[in-house]
Amino acid sequence: MKALSQRRRHPLAAAALLLIGLVATGGLYTAAGSVNEAKASTVYTASDVEEGNKLFVANCATCHGLNAEGTPNGPSLVGVGAASVDFQVGTGRMPMQMQGPQAQAKPVQFSDEQIVQLSAFVASLGAGPAVPHEEWLDTSLGNSANGGAVFRTNCAMCHNAAAAGGALTRGKFAPSLDGVSEAHIYEAMVTGPQNMPVFNDSNISPEEKRDVITFLKEIESQGSPGGAALGSLGPVSEGLFIWTAGLGIIIAFTIWLTSRSS
Amino acid sequence: MSTATEFQAKTRTGRIADFVDQRVGGSTMVKEFGRKIFPDHWSFMFGEVALYTFVILLISGTFLTFFFDPSMAETHYAGSYNPLRGVEMSVAYASSLDISFDVRGGLFMRQVHHWSALLFVASVSVHMLRVFFTGAFRKPRELNWVVGGVLLILSLAAGFTGYSLPDDLLSGNGLRIIDGVVKALPLVGTYISAFLFGGEFPGTAIIGRLYMLHIMLVPALILLMVAMHLFMVVVHKHTQYPGPGRTEDNVVGFPVGPVYAAKAGGFFFIVFGVVALISGFFTINPIWNYGPYDPSPVSAGTQPDWYIGWVDGALRLMPGMLGNFSFEWIIPFPWGANTLVLNVLLPALVPAIVLLGLMFAWPWIERWVTRDDREHHILDRPRNAPFRTAVGVAGVVFYSVMWAAASSDLVATHFLVSLNDVTYWLRALFFLGPVIGFIVTRRICLALQRKDRDIVLHGREAGIIEMSPEGGFSERHEPLDEYKRYRLVAFDSPDVVPAQPDAVGHISRAEKRRGALSRLFFEDRVAPVTPEELAEAHAHHGHAAVEGGEKAQIGH
Ligand code: HEC
Ligand code: HEM
Repeated sequence: MKALSQRRRHPLAAAALLLIGLVATGGLYTAAGSVNEAKASTVYTASDVEEGNKLFVANCATCHGLNAEGTPNGPSLVGVGAASVDFQVGTGRMPMQMQGPQAQAKPVQFSDEQIVQLSAFVASLGAGPAVPHEEWLDTSLGNSANGGAVFRTNCAMCHNAAAAGGALTRGKFAPSLDGVSEAHIYEAMVTGPQNMPVFNDSNISPEEKRDVITFLKEIESQGSPGGAALGSLGPVSEGLFIWTAGLGIIIAFTIWLTSRSS
Repeated sequence: MSTATEFQAKTRTGRIADFVDQRVGGSTMVKEFGRKIFPDHWSFMFGEVALYTFVILLISGTFLTFFFDPSMAETHYAGSYNPLRGVEMSVAYASSLDISFDVRGGLFMRQVHHWSALLFVASVSVHMLRVFFTGAFRKPRELNWVVGGVLLILSLAAGFTGYSLPDDLLSGNGLRIIDGVVKALPLVGTYISAFLFGGEFPGTAIIGRLYMLHIMLVPALILLMVAMHLFMVVVHKHTQYPGPGRTEDNVVGFPVGPVYAAKAGGFFFIVFGVVALISGFFTINPIWNYGPYDPSPVSAGTQPDWYIGWVDGALRLMPGMLGNFSFEWIIPFPWGANTLVLNVLLPALVPAIVLLGLMFAWPWIERWVTRDDREHHILDRPRNAPFRTAVGVAGVVFYSVMWAAASSDLVATHFLVSLNDVTYWLRALFFLGPVIGFIVTRRICLALQRKDRDIVLHGREAGIIEMSPEGGFSERHEPLDEYKRYRLVAFDSPDVVPAQPDAVGHISRAEKRRGALSRLFFEDRVAPVTPEELAEAHAHHGHAAVEGGEKAQIGH
């Protein structure tokens, strides 16, 4: 103790203190983060990581670098976590088709097994959000009304209240959420893909995330109670419809009625 | 008089009818009104469509009032739509959800009401365009045009107040925009907003107030105006398109009773049927998707109904800053600084004032420029009034650019273009579009008029190529029959009226301006073919002036 107190005026003491502080907060932060996120159902084996590495070098390294350290063409993937890979590759966004305002979804390029291997490889590079546990994807445990409220407050400003999608600036957009799987919805919230912000577990708790998923799945499966939904795009498609189909039919009738007499 | 000539009804019904008739004089009314003539043309039916959709609105709206509760008291939804169960909301929203899910036929009636509202304003607009482009607003119908303009504004008011009632997220977002515009009014804005909402937005009063406007005041005013409007249509008699036998002093068509009345009655049911079919198969305003209003969330794709879209679009187009120039001015006053939010005020008010102002003033502008004080009962074909038609198209383009801007986000996502680019293009079109529209339309009209002259003078191209004995080829032209020719030559073509001196020989400045406008309007007019020209053309074996008046002769 005495030795320590004697050295507290040592020139390096401040630096050492800073280091300890940083390590402690960083460690706590990661620990807290991974407490929330360590819900992985999949346990990756060493061979998964190895196969994943091979796939990565063959398919992703041109943009992300051989060690996923990032290149001018793609960001570093160290610490993005398995959830991010599962989402990006599982929705077909990666490998990216072309540079543009935003990576576009396209048909999935890899088998489920290969996606697991790629995820395993990227997860092995640094701690990050893991693929969510089944428990958080089970819509029978969720509350759609609460999910709707969370969705309207946090998501609707980009994705539209009916999850039909919406525009962002300069060609970016928030896609429609129709048909997106439970796991991908969850992963999107925790990883913030493309231009979406991250909603970590202190923003939206895992229970609330499950509620959101329940809400989305419920409005997706219930269909449209009032008839054809016209894309759920709101007044624009309704206006377009009445000016084309509605007025068109009426005009056809007026022509028919007035042509009879002459 | 002797009793022998007095009418004696034979049947029981006849006697009852006679009894009523002797007291209220219905038969003279029916005779008078039933003998009115209504010409047949499909473009004359949009006024009727407006009328019928308005009746549908009254019927379906009455149904909705039985179940709607305009209270903004808080409640927790307990109806059958699961994704909202237990959610806190206003009674107004809850009762709208109940109409949709728990009242038998309620959702259908809601959809009937909303679809017919959209169709109502659409048909009013098309009706107005018809009246404008055919010149039906000219003397003696100017006042009816004004009444119509008031009806248009009232229709927008009816639509907007109704759109806000369910207190869902979408309509609340719309109200918030209105609140913003109101607050942007200098000096009085915040007070008006506070009075309107009973305090700070959204308050607990607005839905009840809008409800009163929506189901009482606005429909009553519309009814009153429609009555005046139709009364004037009867007094002025309907206009007609030019044609053989149609003059400024007659109306060719069908008497209202019985043929026309029967047709019109049938048409009501056709319109009702179309609206009912649409409402049965297509969702409109799915309020359950939007959730209850809460000032914090704003959904992507928040748009007003189509008829308010142009104002929303103007707001979207307006930049907040232009380079370093800010449209938000802080004006120091003795009592502190006041903000003048021009980036809200300008787009919200100026285009509306320009468009509506021009609309109301147009009959007078035209009357003044042409110095035409005659009555007009024969309509213009749009091409025969190139300047007016071009102004109308410019107005339509101006409106449509703003209208399109209201869906800029959907244009961006659906055509995979950048939202920013859509906005830049529309900003350019906002200024250039009307000009281009004007020039192109005017040229097209003049060209069509020349083509008409050509057809009158040379006949129609028959598509038959003939070879002359010398070996030359020419196309045979078939002469027009008299009836077709009449339509092409019998039109009113106002000429330039240069500035006129008054009694003491002085030309006032206003008169000079009028003269200049008159030149602008009519200087390159294409005059209708005169009988002399026609005779000459026939004498010349079908080759003669295509240009009007003293302009160049077109040779071989
Ligand atoms: C053509 C270049 C390209 C290729 C090939 C490519 N990526 Fe990407 N990737 C990008 C770019 C650019 C981004 C970031 C832009 C974006 O998110 O839209 C990205 C983002 C990602 C992200 C999200 C990172 C984050 O911050 O969450 C993951 C995960 C990812 N890529 C994985 C892969 C995998 C796995 C492959 C191979 C199967 C791959 N990428 C192939 C260019 C590429
Ligand atoms: C509630 C809205 C309205 C209703 C119910 C309505 C109804 C009608 C009807 C039934 C007619 C006779 C048939 C026809 O020409 O179509 C008519 C004529 C007319 N309307 Fe309207 N109208 C409405 C709005 C307007 C508007 C917005 C304008 C213009 C600003 C307008 C201007 C006129 C004029 C000038 C005529 C006489 C046309 C002629 O004789 O050729 N009306 N209206």
